[in-house]
Amino acid sequence: MYPDNLRYTKDHEWVSVKDATGTVGVTHFAQKELGDVVFVELPEVGKKLKAGDEFGTIESVKAVSEVYAPVAGEVVEVNGALVDHPEIVNEDPYGRGWILKVRLDSPAEAASLMDAAAYQAFLAGQKH
Amino acid sequence: MVDFAGWDMPVQYHGVVEEHLAVRTHAGLFDVSHMGEIEIRGDGALAAVQRLTCNDAARLAPGLAQYSAFTTEQGTFVDDIIVYCLARDRYFICVNASNASKDFAWVASHVPKGVTALNRSDEFAQIAIQGPEAEAILRGLTETDIHALKAFTFAESRVAGVPALVARTGYTGEDGFELYCESGRAAELWDTLMGVGAPFGLTPCGLGARDTLRLEACLMLYGNDIDDTTTVVEAGLNFILKLDKGEFIGRDALARQKAAGAPRRLVAFEMVDRGVARHGYPAQIDGAAAGHVTSGTFTPFLKKNLGMAYLPAPAAREGHEFDVVIRGKPTRARVVKTPHYKRPARSAGGSA
Repeated sequence: MYPDNLRYTKDHEWVSVKDATGTVGVTHFAQKELGDVVFVELPEVGKKLKAGDEFGTIESVKAVSEVYAPVAGEVVEVNGALVDHPEIVNEDPYGRGWILKVRLDSPAEAASLMDAAAYQAFLAGQKH
Repeated sequence: MVDFAGWDMPVQYHGVVEEHLAVRTHAGLFDVSHMGEIEIRGDGALAAVQRLTCNDAARLAPGLAQYSAFTTEQGTFVDDIIVYCLARDRYFICVNASNASKDFAWVASHVPKGVTALNRSDEFAQIAIQGPEAEAILRGLTETDIHALKAFTFAESRVAGVPALVARTGYTGEDGFELYCESGRAAELWDTLMGVGAPFGLTPCGLGARDTLRLEACLMLYGNDIDDTTTVVEAGLNFILKLDKGEFIGRDALARQKAAGAPRRLVAFEMVDRGVARHGYPAQIDGAAAGHVTSGTFTPFLKKNLGMAYLPAPAAREGHEFDVVIRGKPTRARVVKTPHYKRPARSAGGSA
Protein backbone atom coordinates (compact mmCIF):
# COMPACT_ATOMS: atom_id res chain seq x y z
CA MET A 1 0.00 0.00 0.00
CA TYR A 2 3.03 2.25 0.44
CA PRO A 3 5.58 1.41 -2.26
CA ASP A 4 9.24 1.52 -1.24
CA ASN A 5 10.34 3.52 -4.28
CA LEU A 6 8.28 6.57 -3.31
CA ARG A 7 8.76 9.43 -0.87
CA TYR A 8 5.92 10.76 1.26
CA THR A 9 4.72 13.97 2.95
CA LYS A 10 2.73 14.60 6.12
CA ASP A 11 -0.04 15.98 3.88
CA HIS A 12 -0.29 12.54 2.26
CA GLU A 13 1.25 13.25 -1.13
CA TRP A 14 3.83 10.97 -2.71
CA VAL A 15 6.60 11.74 -5.18
CA SER A 16 8.65 9.43 -7.34
CA VAL A 17 11.87 10.69 -8.90
CA LYS A 18 13.29 9.62 -12.22
CA ASP A 19 16.24 11.61 -13.49
CA ALA A 20 15.18 15.25 -13.05
CA THR A 21 11.42 14.62 -13.15
CA GLY A 22 9.19 14.09 -10.15
CA THR A 23 5.75 12.47 -10.44
CA VAL A 24 3.28 13.47 -7.72
CA GLY A 25 0.05 11.98 -6.43
CA VAL A 26 -1.82 11.32 -3.20
CA THR A 27 -1.38 8.26 -1.02
CA HIS A 28 -3.60 5.28 -0.44
CA PHE A 29 -4.37 6.71 3.00
CA ALA A 30 -5.47 10.04 1.47
CA GLN A 31 -7.78 8.48 -1.12
CA LYS A 32 -9.30 6.23 1.51
CA GLU A 33 -9.90 9.10 3.93
CA LEU A 34 -11.42 11.25 1.18
CA GLY A 35 -13.72 8.53 -0.08
CA ASP A 36 -15.14 8.64 -3.59
CA VAL A 37 -13.21 11.32 -5.48
CA VAL A 38 -15.50 13.29 -7.79
CA PHE A 39 -13.42 16.28 -8.87
CA VAL A 40 -9.75 17.08 -9.32
CA GLU A 41 -8.60 20.63 -10.01
CA LEU A 42 -5.27 20.57 -11.79
CA PRO A 43 -2.64 23.33 -12.03
CA GLU A 44 -1.53 24.77 -15.35
CA VAL A 45 1.53 23.41 -17.08
CA GLY A 46 4.39 25.85 -16.59
CA LYS A 47 3.41 26.78 -13.05
CA LYS A 48 6.40 27.02 -10.73
CA LEU A 49 5.93 25.41 -7.35
CA LYS A 50 7.88 25.61 -4.12
CA ALA A 51 7.76 22.71 -1.70
CA GLY A 52 4.58 23.09 0.32
CA ASP A 53 2.74 25.20 -2.28
CA GLU A 54 -0.90 24.34 -2.83
CA PHE A 55 -1.20 23.14 -6.41
CA GLY A 56 -4.74 21.87 -6.71
CA THR A 57 -7.86 20.56 -5.08
CA ILE A 58 -9.32 17.10 -4.73
CA GLU A 59 -12.99 16.82 -3.86
CA SER A 60 -14.87 13.77 -2.75
CA VAL A 61 -18.63 13.68 -2.36
CA LYS A 62 -18.31 14.98 1.19
CA ALA A 63 -15.01 16.82 1.42
CA VAL A 64 -12.79 19.40 -0.24
CA SER A 65 -9.06 18.87 0.21
CA GLU A 66 -6.07 20.88 -1.00
CA VAL A 67 -2.98 19.15 -2.33
CA TYR A 68 0.53 20.48 -1.80
CA ALA A 69 3.77 20.18 -3.73
CA PRO A 70 6.17 17.76 -1.99
CA VAL A 71 9.15 19.26 -3.79
CA ALA A 72 10.03 22.39 -5.77
CA GLY A 73 9.84 22.45 -9.55
CA GLU A 74 7.99 23.51 -12.67
CA VAL A 75 4.85 21.67 -13.73
CA VAL A 76 5.60 19.95 -17.05
CA GLU A 77 2.57 17.66 -17.34
CA VAL A 78 -0.78 17.12 -15.63
CA ASN A 79 -2.92 14.00 -15.70
CA GLY A 80 -5.80 15.11 -17.91
CA ALA A 81 -7.53 11.75 -17.49
CA LEU A 82 -8.55 12.83 -13.98
CA VAL A 83 -10.78 15.59 -15.36
CA ASP A 84 -13.34 13.12 -16.70
CA HIS A 85 -12.42 10.20 -14.46
CA PRO A 86 -11.47 11.52 -11.00
CA GLU A 87 -12.30 8.10 -9.52
CA ILE A 88 -8.96 6.87 -10.87
CA VAL A 89 -7.41 8.52 -7.80
CA ASN A 90 -9.25 5.95 -5.67
CA GLU A 91 -8.65 3.03 -8.00
CA ASP A 92 -4.94 3.42 -8.62
CA PRO A 93 -3.40 6.22 -6.52
CA TYR A 94 0.22 5.32 -7.35
CA GLY A 95 -0.30 4.45 -10.99
CA ARG A 96 -2.94 5.86 -13.31
CA GLY A 97 -4.03 8.21 -10.52
CA TRP A 98 -0.86 10.35 -10.66
CA ILE A 99 -1.66 14.06 -10.64
CA LEU A 100 1.28 15.96 -12.09
CA LYS A 101 4.91 15.84 -13.16
CA VAL A 102 7.43 18.52 -12.28
CA ARG A 103 10.88 19.31 -13.55
CA LEU A 104 12.69 19.24 -10.25
CA ASP A 105 14.67 22.25 -9.11
CA SER A 106 16.82 19.86 -7.09
CA PRO A 107 16.54 16.12 -7.77
CA ALA A 108 18.07 15.46 -4.35
CA GLU A 109 15.29 17.30 -2.50
CA ALA A 110 12.93 14.31 -2.38
CA ALA A 111 15.43 12.36 -0.29
CA SER A 112 14.60 14.64 2.64
CA LEU A 113 10.99 13.39 2.65
CA MET A 114 9.75 10.32 4.50
CA ASP A 115 10.39 6.89 3.05
CA ALA A 116 7.66 4.23 3.14
CA ALA A 117 8.59 2.96 6.60
CA ALA A 118 8.72 6.47 8.08
CA TYR A 119 5.38 7.38 6.49
CA GLN A 120 3.71 4.28 7.87
CA ALA A 121 5.12 5.06 11.31
CA PHE A 122 3.75 8.60 10.89
CA LEU A 123 0.30 7.22 10.01
CA ALA A 124 0.37 4.87 12.97
CA GLY A 125 1.01 7.88 15.19
CA GLN A 126 -2.00 9.71 13.74
CA LYS A 127 -4.51 7.64 15.75
CA HIS A 128 -6.47 6.61 12.67
CA MET B 1 -17.78 8.48 12.83
CA VAL B 2 -18.68 12.14 13.26
CA ASP B 3 -20.43 14.14 15.92
CA PHE B 4 -23.86 15.21 14.66
CA ALA B 5 -25.97 17.23 17.10
CA GLY B 6 -24.33 15.28 19.92
CA TRP B 7 -24.80 11.89 18.25
CA ASP B 8 -21.87 9.75 17.19
CA MET B 9 -22.82 8.80 13.64
CA PRO B 10 -21.21 7.15 10.63
CA VAL B 11 -20.70 9.33 7.55
CA GLN B 12 -20.37 6.16 5.53
CA TYR B 13 -20.12 2.40 5.93
CA HIS B 14 -18.57 1.39 2.59
CA GLY B 15 -18.68 4.59 0.57
CA VAL B 16 -21.14 7.37 -0.13
CA VAL B 17 -21.47 6.59 -3.84
CA GLU B 18 -22.07 2.87 -3.32
CA GLU B 19 -24.63 3.53 -0.58
CA HIS B 20 -26.41 6.20 -2.62
CA LEU B 21 -26.70 3.91 -5.64
CA ALA B 22 -27.93 1.04 -3.47
CA VAL B 23 -30.90 3.14 -2.37
CA ARG B 24 -31.77 4.15 -5.94
CA THR B 25 -31.49 0.61 -7.32
CA HIS B 26 -32.14 -1.80 -4.41
CA ALA B 27 -32.46 -0.64 -0.81
CA GLY B 28 -30.56 1.09 1.96
CA LEU B 29 -30.87 0.94 5.74
CA PHE B 30 -30.33 4.08 7.83
CA ASP B 31 -30.08 4.39 11.59
CA VAL B 32 -31.68 7.79 12.07
CA SER B 33 -32.40 7.44 15.76
CA HIS B 34 -30.97 10.92 16.26
CA MET B 35 -34.23 12.38 14.91
CA GLY B 36 -36.44 13.85 17.64
CA GLU B 37 -40.03 12.90 18.45
CA ILE B 38 -42.56 15.14 20.13
CA GLU B 39 -46.06 14.06 21.03
CA ILE B 40 -48.95 16.49 21.48
CA ARG B 41 -52.01 15.04 23.16
CA GLY B 42 -55.25 16.11 24.78
CA ASP B 43 -58.68 17.40 23.77
CA GLY B 44 -57.19 20.53 22.25
CA ALA B 45 -54.31 18.72 20.51
CA LEU B 46 -55.55 19.38 16.98
CA ALA B 47 -56.09 23.08 17.68
CA ALA B 48 -52.58 23.28 19.17
CA VAL B 49 -50.99 21.56 16.15
CA GLN B 50 -52.97 23.82 13.84
CA ARG B 51 -51.68 26.91 15.63
CA LEU B 52 -48.05 25.71 15.64
CA THR B 53 -47.78 24.48 12.04
CA CYS B 54 -48.44 25.89 8.56
CA ASN B 55 -49.94 22.79 6.90
CA ASP B 56 -53.55 21.76 7.57
CA ALA B 57 -53.51 19.06 10.25
CA ALA B 58 -57.32 18.90 10.18
CA ARG B 59 -56.96 16.93 6.96
CA LEU B 60 -55.21 14.14 8.86
CA ALA B 61 -57.25 11.14 9.89
CA PRO B 62 -55.61 8.58 12.18
CA GLY B 63 -52.98 6.73 10.14
CA LEU B 64 -52.14 9.71 7.93
CA ALA B 65 -49.00 11.84 7.98
CA GLN B 66 -48.00 15.15 6.42
CA TYR B 67 -44.89 17.21 5.84
CA SER B 68 -45.19 20.54 7.62
CA ALA B 69 -43.27 23.18 9.57
CA PHE B 70 -43.26 24.95 12.90
CA THR B 71 -43.22 28.62 11.87
CA THR B 72 -42.27 31.84 13.65
CA GLU B 73 -44.35 35.05 13.65
CA GLN B 74 -42.14 36.16 10.73
CA GLY B 75 -43.05 33.07 8.72
CA THR B 76 -39.55 31.60 9.05
CA PHE B 77 -38.78 28.05 10.16
CA VAL B 78 -38.48 26.90 13.74
CA ASP B 79 -38.16 23.49 12.06
CA ASP B 80 -39.52 21.36 9.25
CA ILE B 81 -41.37 18.31 10.53
CA ILE B 82 -43.55 15.32 9.76
CA VAL B 83 -46.85 15.19 11.67
CA TYR B 84 -48.33 11.73 12.24
CA CYS B 85 -51.95 11.59 13.42
CA LEU B 86 -52.20 8.73 15.92
CA ALA B 87 -55.70 9.81 16.95
CA ARG B 88 -57.66 13.06 16.71
CA ASP B 89 -56.29 13.94 20.13
CA ARG B 90 -52.76 12.50 19.67
CA TYR B 91 -50.18 13.79 17.21
CA PHE B 92 -46.68 12.36 16.89
CA ILE B 93 -44.20 14.78 15.35
CA CYS B 94 -40.79 13.90 13.94
CA VAL B 95 -38.33 16.80 14.24
CA ASN B 96 -34.68 17.41 13.40
CA ALA B 97 -32.11 16.16 15.91
CA SER B 98 -30.32 19.48 16.13
CA ASN B 99 -33.63 21.22 16.86
CA ALA B 100 -35.30 18.73 19.19
CA SER B 101 -34.71 20.66 22.43
CA LYS B 102 -35.49 24.02 20.85
CA ASP B 103 -38.63 22.62 19.21
CA PHE B 104 -39.87 21.07 22.41
CA ALA B 105 -39.39 24.34 24.33
CA TRP B 106 -41.22 26.17 21.51
CA VAL B 107 -44.11 23.70 21.49
CA ALA B 108 -44.36 23.55 25.28
CA SER B 109 -44.50 27.35 25.48
CA HIS B 110 -47.36 27.50 22.98
CA VAL B 111 -49.71 24.67 23.94
CA PRO B 112 -52.74 25.76 25.98
CA LYS B 113 -53.80 24.28 29.30
CA GLY B 114 -55.27 20.83 28.87
CA VAL B 115 -52.90 19.93 26.05
CA THR B 116 -49.77 17.97 26.90
CA ALA B 117 -46.51 18.17 24.98
CA LEU B 118 -44.06 15.33 25.53
CA ASN B 119 -40.48 15.14 24.33
CA ARG B 120 -40.24 11.42 23.52
CA SER B 121 -36.95 11.65 21.62
CA ASP B 122 -35.04 9.39 24.01
CA GLU B 123 -37.74 6.72 24.00
CA PHE B 124 -37.72 6.23 20.24
CA ALA B 125 -35.22 4.97 17.76
CA GLN B 126 -35.82 5.36 14.05
CA ILE B 127 -34.66 3.07 11.29
CA ALA B 128 -35.34 4.03 7.68
CA ILE B 129 -35.46 1.42 4.95
CA GLN B 130 -35.48 3.12 1.58
CA GLY B 131 -35.39 2.00 -2.02
CA PRO B 132 -37.37 0.01 -4.58
CA GLU B 133 -36.83 -3.28 -2.69
CA ALA B 134 -37.89 -1.86 0.70
CA GLU B 135 -41.44 -3.16 0.45
CA ALA B 136 -40.34 -6.66 -0.57
CA ILE B 137 -37.92 -6.83 2.36
CA LEU B 138 -40.51 -5.70 4.92
CA ARG B 139 -43.37 -7.74 3.53
CA GLY B 140 -42.52 -10.98 5.30
CA LEU B 141 -41.62 -9.29 8.58
CA THR B 142 -44.92 -7.68 9.48
CA GLU B 143 -48.59 -8.58 9.56
CA THR B 144 -49.53 -5.16 8.24
CA ASP B 145 -50.41 -5.16 4.55
CA ILE B 146 -47.65 -2.78 3.65
CA HIS B 147 -48.33 -3.07 -0.08
CA ALA B 148 -51.61 -1.27 0.66
CA LEU B 149 -49.86 1.37 2.76
CA LYS B 150 -49.75 4.49 0.61
CA ALA B 151 -47.15 7.26 0.76
CA PHE B 152 -47.60 9.42 3.87
CA THR B 153 -49.68 6.81 5.68
CA PHE B 154 -48.59 4.62 8.57
CA ALA B 155 -49.64 1.72 10.77
CA GLU B 156 -48.90 0.88 14.38
CA SER B 157 -47.67 -2.65 13.97
CA ARG B 158 -44.79 -5.02 14.66
CA VAL B 159 -41.75 -5.64 12.51
CA ALA B 160 -39.89 -8.88 13.22
CA GLY B 161 -41.71 -9.00 16.54
CA VAL B 162 -40.67 -5.48 17.53
CA PRO B 163 -43.55 -3.03 18.14
CA ALA B 164 -43.11 -0.22 15.62
CA LEU B 165 -44.83 2.63 13.90
CA VAL B 166 -44.37 1.75 10.22
CA ALA B 167 -44.64 4.85 8.04
CA ARG B 168 -44.34 5.08 4.27
CA THR B 169 -42.23 8.21 4.50
CA GLY B 170 -38.60 9.00 3.89
CA TYR B 171 -35.87 11.47 3.07
CA THR B 172 -34.29 10.00 -0.04
CA GLY B 173 -36.70 10.64 -2.91
CA GLU B 174 -37.19 6.88 -3.12
CA ASP B 175 -40.05 4.67 -2.03
CA GLY B 176 -39.52 3.34 1.48
CA PHE B 177 -40.44 3.25 5.11
CA GLU B 178 -39.45 4.84 8.39
CA LEU B 179 -39.78 2.59 11.42
CA TYR B 180 -40.11 4.13 14.86
CA CYS B 181 -39.50 1.67 17.68
CA GLU B 182 -38.50 1.54 21.32
CA SER B 183 -34.83 2.59 21.61
CA GLY B 184 -33.82 -0.58 23.41
CA ARG B 185 -34.98 -2.80 20.56
CA ALA B 186 -33.49 -0.90 17.64
CA ALA B 187 -30.31 -2.97 17.41
CA GLU B 188 -32.32 -6.19 17.20
CA LEU B 189 -34.57 -4.69 14.51
CA TRP B 190 -31.54 -3.46 12.54
CA ASP B 191 -29.89 -6.89 12.64
CA THR B 192 -33.04 -8.67 11.52
CA LEU B 193 -33.59 -6.25 8.66
CA MET B 194 -29.98 -6.57 7.50
CA GLY B 195 -30.20 -10.35 7.61
CA VAL B 196 -33.47 -10.55 5.66
CA GLY B 197 -32.51 -7.69 3.33
CA ALA B 198 -29.04 -8.81 2.32
CA PRO B 199 -30.26 -11.06 -0.54
CA PHE B 200 -32.22 -8.05 -1.86
CA GLY B 201 -29.10 -5.90 -1.91
CA LEU B 202 -29.92 -4.02 1.29
CA THR B 203 -26.93 -1.83 2.17
CA PRO B 204 -26.27 0.04 5.42
CA CYS B 205 -26.10 3.78 4.70
CA GLY B 206 -24.54 6.68 6.62
CA LEU B 207 -25.12 10.41 6.88
CA GLY B 208 -23.17 11.07 3.68
CA ALA B 209 -25.55 9.15 1.43
CA ARG B 210 -28.54 10.51 3.35
CA ASP B 211 -27.38 14.01 2.41
CA THR B 212 -26.65 13.31 -1.26
CA LEU B 213 -29.93 11.42 -1.69
CA ARG B 214 -32.05 14.14 -0.16
CA LEU B 215 -30.25 16.80 -2.19
CA GLU B 216 -30.81 14.89 -5.44
CA ALA B 217 -34.51 14.84 -4.50
CA CYS B 218 -34.41 18.54 -3.45
CA LEU B 219 -35.61 17.77 0.08
CA MET B 220 -34.81 20.49 2.58
CA LEU B 221 -32.05 20.25 5.18
CA TYR B 222 -32.66 22.50 8.18
CA GLY B 223 -29.61 24.65 8.82
CA ASN B 224 -28.70 24.60 5.12
CA ASP B 225 -31.67 25.28 2.89
CA ILE B 226 -34.09 26.56 5.51
CA ASP B 227 -33.72 28.08 8.97
CA ASP B 228 -35.16 30.82 11.15
CA THR B 229 -34.09 33.50 8.65
CA THR B 230 -35.83 32.00 5.60
CA THR B 231 -39.58 31.85 5.09
CA VAL B 232 -41.84 29.09 3.84
CA VAL B 233 -42.65 31.20 0.75
CA GLU B 234 -38.96 31.88 -0.02
CA ALA B 235 -38.24 28.16 0.26
CA GLY B 236 -40.98 27.50 -2.29
CA LEU B 237 -42.83 25.10 0.01
CA ASN B 238 -46.27 26.36 -1.02
CA PHE B 239 -47.68 22.85 -0.87
CA ILE B 240 -47.39 22.90 2.93
CA LEU B 241 -48.67 26.46 3.30
CA LYS B 242 -52.42 26.43 3.99
CA LEU B 243 -53.33 30.07 4.56
CA ASP B 244 -57.06 29.33 4.47
CA LYS B 245 -57.02 26.80 7.33
CA GLY B 246 -57.39 29.49 10.01
CA GLU B 247 -55.03 31.32 12.31
CA PHE B 248 -51.50 29.99 12.92
CA ILE B 249 -48.21 31.47 14.05
CA GLY B 250 -46.68 33.30 11.09
CA ARG B 251 -49.83 33.29 8.96
CA ASP B 252 -50.06 37.07 8.57
CA ALA B 253 -46.43 37.46 7.53
CA LEU B 254 -46.66 34.55 5.08
CA ALA B 255 -49.96 35.79 3.60
CA ARG B 256 -48.40 39.21 3.02
CA GLN B 257 -45.29 37.73 1.45
CA LYS B 258 -47.21 35.34 -0.75
CA ALA B 259 -49.37 38.21 -2.03
CA ALA B 260 -46.46 40.60 -2.59
CA GLY B 261 -44.02 37.96 -3.83
CA ALA B 262 -40.87 36.90 -2.00
CA PRO B 263 -37.77 39.00 -2.75
CA ARG B 264 -35.69 35.84 -3.05
CA ARG B 265 -36.43 32.24 -3.86
CA LEU B 266 -34.76 28.90 -3.30
CA VAL B 267 -33.85 27.38 -6.66
CA ALA B 268 -32.38 24.12 -7.84
CA PHE B 269 -29.36 24.49 -10.09
CA GLU B 270 -26.78 22.49 -11.98
CA MET B 271 -23.23 23.49 -12.65
CA VAL B 272 -22.56 24.34 -16.29
CA ASP B 273 -18.80 24.76 -15.84
CA ARG B 274 -16.71 22.17 -14.04
CA GLY B 275 -16.78 22.50 -10.27
CA VAL B 276 -18.61 21.30 -7.20
CA ALA B 277 -20.84 23.87 -5.47
CA ARG B 278 -20.91 23.59 -1.67
CA HIS B 279 -22.99 24.97 1.20
CA GLY B 280 -22.13 28.63 1.81
CA TYR B 281 -20.46 29.43 -1.52
CA PRO B 282 -21.52 32.89 -2.79
CA ALA B 283 -23.74 33.30 -5.84
CA GLN B 284 -23.16 36.17 -8.28
CA ILE B 285 -25.07 37.68 -11.15
CA ASP B 286 -22.96 39.80 -13.51
CA GLY B 287 -20.26 39.98 -10.85
CA ALA B 288 -22.57 41.29 -8.11
CA ALA B 289 -23.43 39.37 -4.94
CA ALA B 290 -26.79 37.62 -5.41
CA GLY B 291 -27.25 35.14 -2.59
CA HIS B 292 -25.57 31.90 -1.66
CA VAL B 293 -25.54 28.17 -2.20
CA THR B 294 -27.47 26.36 0.54
CA SER B 295 -26.58 22.80 -0.49
CA GLY B 296 -24.39 21.41 -3.22
CA THR B 297 -22.49 18.29 -4.13
CA PHE B 298 -21.71 15.79 -6.83
CA THR B 299 -24.82 13.61 -6.98
CA PRO B 300 -23.92 9.96 -7.48
CA PHE B 301 -27.03 8.75 -9.33
CA LEU B 302 -27.49 11.65 -11.77
CA LYS B 303 -23.69 12.06 -11.90
CA LYS B 304 -23.94 15.84 -12.00
CA ASN B 305 -22.77 18.71 -9.83
CA LEU B 306 -26.06 19.97 -8.43
CA GLY B 307 -27.28 22.25 -5.69
CA MET B 308 -29.82 24.65 -4.30
CA ALA B 309 -29.40 28.38 -3.74
CA TYR B 310 -31.32 31.48 -2.78
CA LEU B 311 -31.44 33.95 -5.68
CA PRO B 312 -33.25 37.28 -6.12
CA ALA B 313 -36.77 36.59 -7.42
CA PRO B 314 -36.18 37.94 -10.97
CA ALA B 315 -33.28 35.48 -11.40
CA ALA B 316 -35.09 32.54 -9.84
CA ARG B 317 -36.48 31.11 -13.06
CA GLU B 318 -35.64 27.96 -14.97
CA GLY B 319 -32.83 28.42 -17.47
CA HIS B 320 -31.40 31.54 -15.85
CA GLU B 321 -27.61 31.41 -15.57
CA PHE B 322 -25.58 32.75 -12.68
CA ASP B 323 -22.16 32.15 -11.12
CA VAL B 324 -21.18 30.18 -8.06
CA VAL B 325 -17.92 31.50 -6.62
CA ILE B 326 -15.72 28.44 -6.06
CA ARG B 327 -12.41 29.23 -4.33
CA GLY B 328 -12.58 32.79 -5.64
CA LYS B 329 -13.51 31.82 -9.18
CA PRO B 330 -16.96 32.60 -10.66
CA THR B 331 -18.16 29.31 -12.11
CA ARG B 332 -21.23 29.11 -14.31
CA ALA B 333 -24.43 27.45 -13.07
CA ARG B 334 -27.98 27.27 -14.42
CA VAL B 335 -31.34 27.25 -12.64
CA VAL B 336 -33.17 23.99 -13.37
CA LYS B 337 -36.52 22.45 -12.60
CA THR B 338 -36.96 21.08 -9.08
CA PRO B 339 -36.53 18.33 -7.99
CA HIS B 340 -33.32 17.14 -9.65
CA TYR B 341 -34.44 13.54 -9.21
CA LYS B 342 -37.95 12.14 -9.26
CA ARG B 343 -38.28 8.39 -8.96
CA PRO B 344 -39.88 6.57 -11.87
CA ALA B 345 -43.55 5.67 -11.40
CA ARG B 346 -43.96 2.06 -10.35
CA SER B 347 -46.85 -0.30 -10.69
CA ALA B 348 -46.38 -1.30 -7.05
CA GLY B 349 -48.36 0.49 -4.36
CA GLY B 350 -47.20 3.35 -2.24
CA SER B 351 -46.07 5.65 -4.97
CA ALA B 352 -48.95 8.08 -4.50
